[in-house]
Amino acid sequence: MASKKKKEAIDEGKSMEIRVSLFPDEVLERVLGFVKSHKDRSSVSLVCKDWYTAERWSRTHVFIGNCYSVSPEIVARRFPNIRSVTLKGKPRFSDFNLVPPNWGADIHSWLVVFASAYPFLEELRLKRMTVTDESLDFLARSFTGFKALSLVSCDGFSTDGLASIASYCRNLTELDIQESGIDDLGGSWLSYFPESFTSLETLNFANLNSEVNFDALEKLVSRCKSLKVLKVNRSITLEQLRRLLMRAPQLVELGTGSFSQDHLLRADAELEAAFNNCKSLHTLSGLWEVSSMYLPALYPACTNLIFLNLSYATLQSTELAKLLPNCPLLRRLWVLDTVEDKGLEAVASNCHFLEELRVFPADPFDQEGIPEGGGTGVTEFGFVAVSKGCPNLRYVLYFCRQMTNVAVATVVRNCPNFTHFRLCIMNMCEPDHITKDPMDEAFGAVVKTCKKLRRLAVSGLLTDRTFEYIGTYAKNLETLSVAFAGRSDRGMQSVLEGCPKLRKLEIRDCPFGNSALLSGLDRYESMRSLWMSACKVTINGCRLLARRMPRLNVEVIKEDDNDDTQAEKVYVYRSVAGPRRDAPPFVITM
Amino acid sequence: MEVRTRYGDDIDIDNLKATELRLGPPGTGEEVIPTQVVSRGNKRALPEDSTEYECEYKRSSSETASVESCLDTSPAAKAQVVGWPPIRSYRKKSFEAIKEVDQKGGLYVKVSMDGAPYLRKIDLNVYQGYEELRLALEDMFKCFSIGELYAIAYEDKDGDLMLVGDVPWRMFISSCKRMRIMKGCEARGLSSNS
Repeated sequence: MASKKKKEAIDEGKSMEIRVSLFPDEVLERVLGFVKSHKDRSSVSLVCKDWYTAERWSRTHVFIGNCYSVSPEIVARRFPNIRSVTLKGKPRFSDFNLVPPNWGADIHSWLVVFASAYPFLEELRLKRMTVTDESLDFLARSFTGFKALSLVSCDGFSTDGLASIASYCRNLTELDIQESGIDDLGGSWLSYFPESFTSLETLNFANLNSEVNFDALEKLVSRCKSLKVLKVNRSITLEQLRRLLMRAPQLVELGTGSFSQDHLLRADAELEAAFNNCKSLHTLSGLWEVSSMYLPALYPACTNLIFLNLSYATLQSTELAKLLPNCPLLRRLWVLDTVEDKGLEAVASNCHFLEELRVFPADPFDQEGIPEGGGTGVTEFGFVAVSKGCPNLRYVLYFCRQMTNVAVATVVRNCPNFTHFRLCIMNMCEPDHITKDPMDEAFGAVVKTCKKLRRLAVSGLLTDRTFEYIGTYAKNLETLSVAFAGRSDRGMQSVLEGCPKLRKLEIRDCPFGNSALLSGLDRYESMRSLWMSACKVTINGCRLLARRMPRLNVEVIKEDDNDDTQAEKVYVYRSVAGPRRDAPPFVITM
Repeated sequence: MEVRTRYGDDIDIDNLKATELRLGPPGTGEEVIPTQVVSRGNKRALPEDSTEYECEYKRSSSETASVESCLDTSPAAKAQVVGWPPIRSYRKKSFEAIKEVDQKGGLYVKVSMDGAPYLRKIDLNVYQGYEELRLALEDMFKCFSIGELYAIAYEDKDGDLMLVGDVPWRMFISSCKRMRIMKGCEARGLSSNS
């Protein structure tokens, strides 16, 4: 290929203008190959036409945050050399059943295009997409060099689809189906990995229930010497786990099965020895049915733990307090609120390097507010305690039933570096439980103090004041989740006017109407999406938005025929692919 | 109320209603009260009593167009709301499994010990696991033990005598009907490892 050189235009004595493309294309492509971040690549592609061309030829991984923002044909046309695709589908509120089934985000049409455009595709990472067994079979047969399949929160497939993957993907390194809603027809899929198959590095089937053939699993683990991540399901017993660990001491991430044992009432020294072997573990999860008698067996493996996921283990504070001193390097901790405030105090005393804490409710739907067993979950005291002991906290997800403004202000004063602050006070519209004021000042304190805040989820009784604070102070905010909050359109308007980096806004059950929706007219094209459900937006308001902004898809989900003027669920997103061609009857594009 | 858009048009929001485009057949008149938030059939729990700060979430049924007070705090009003709290389905399923086993009001079972003149009764819900149970039983019966080795067995739902410790704790407490502390030699037949 002939190298192109651009003329230098240097005007001595005045401002220097040097054309950037002095390199031959091959060199530029080679250099750009080192640029990995997709945001950087987007910037690179905007410099000039040469750089756009070099970038598109050198890109091997494409990230598509909303599968309907672009079509597979457009992707294939622009990027000829893709080896790895990440795709996200449904709006996040589909996790909470707010999106009806059969809404869309089906991977199949993408696979068909990829099969011809990218026959050497190696990796597919999907989140909230619908994937059928037919698609999995098609995938397994179409891409001979396929290596990594990750399906997070996906649905539509069964264990039969996994059998296809196991049978035909000879070079598979990763199979991860975490959190996906899968039709569990039995565990035989695992036995479809041929005996000659040895390349597996990651296997995560933690969310399945049915028993896999343990013999097949043990043999698989034995012959896959590069296995680094193994997350088994509940059907795997402690004794079986012990045997697996003996075969794979090199594991870096482990998800256990049921952590109790068919044995007499004594701890198993052999189990402890097996864990003692696993010195490389930095992530530990699973631990269903955890029996406190066997927890100490874990301790030797915890020395280098960075991430401990106890969100399925109904631990009490005393058990947690005994476990944590064995994990001095912990950076991320997920727990159930069965540990209560006392457990969080133990976190504060032991986990000095903690950066992320997630506290999930063990009994989220309890009506009385007092969970069975007499425990009360966690409160503002636990939150404050953790903030005192863990100054490096930057990510929190905290489910509780009571909170105070003062406590939240204290927390952020102790930990000003939050980038992700998600507080869920589970009782709707719950005020400060001592003063009975709205929780506006709490979130005001958060946005005023945490300058690096990128993600915020609010809850409790909130007036428009909260949103005024957000609009005034949260200048780095990218994602905002709101439920049962606000008083008027002014709330949503403040956010849309004040947060220049906002990308994702999801709102449910708030009194925001057409003025609020339309006040964001010139914002939505710079955002990934807007979701509004059970608000005061009308069909007409949506139509107006769609008419004014033709490059937005304004979709209304209409499930019942009660009122024809209200737009019960609205999903607005930018797209270069035009309106959806696969929309089900209940999704109406304005 | 007017909203000025960037294109300089005035949109009179109030008048929008007069020109509402509907998706239903014409002539289906419905009285619309401007301050209502109309529920779309989602079950919505009404918030706790908060007399000073009234939530604006008033429910109305499409048949009667009436407005229920959001100060209604009867148990029926606290029905579950779709998708709240925001917990993902796979977690909910785990909780359901845990909840099945937990029981309200205590799980009392009789405990007998071979050679002891009377029985004890314990609440299995109080213990977190086998270790705690064993320690509690040791403590409870220490005055009767004569230094021999004992094994703890239980009668399950099917009436069979089983050795305590074989199954996961939660499964044990849901199937245990009574317990028996046996002399070690008699328990030999029960052990899976002997």
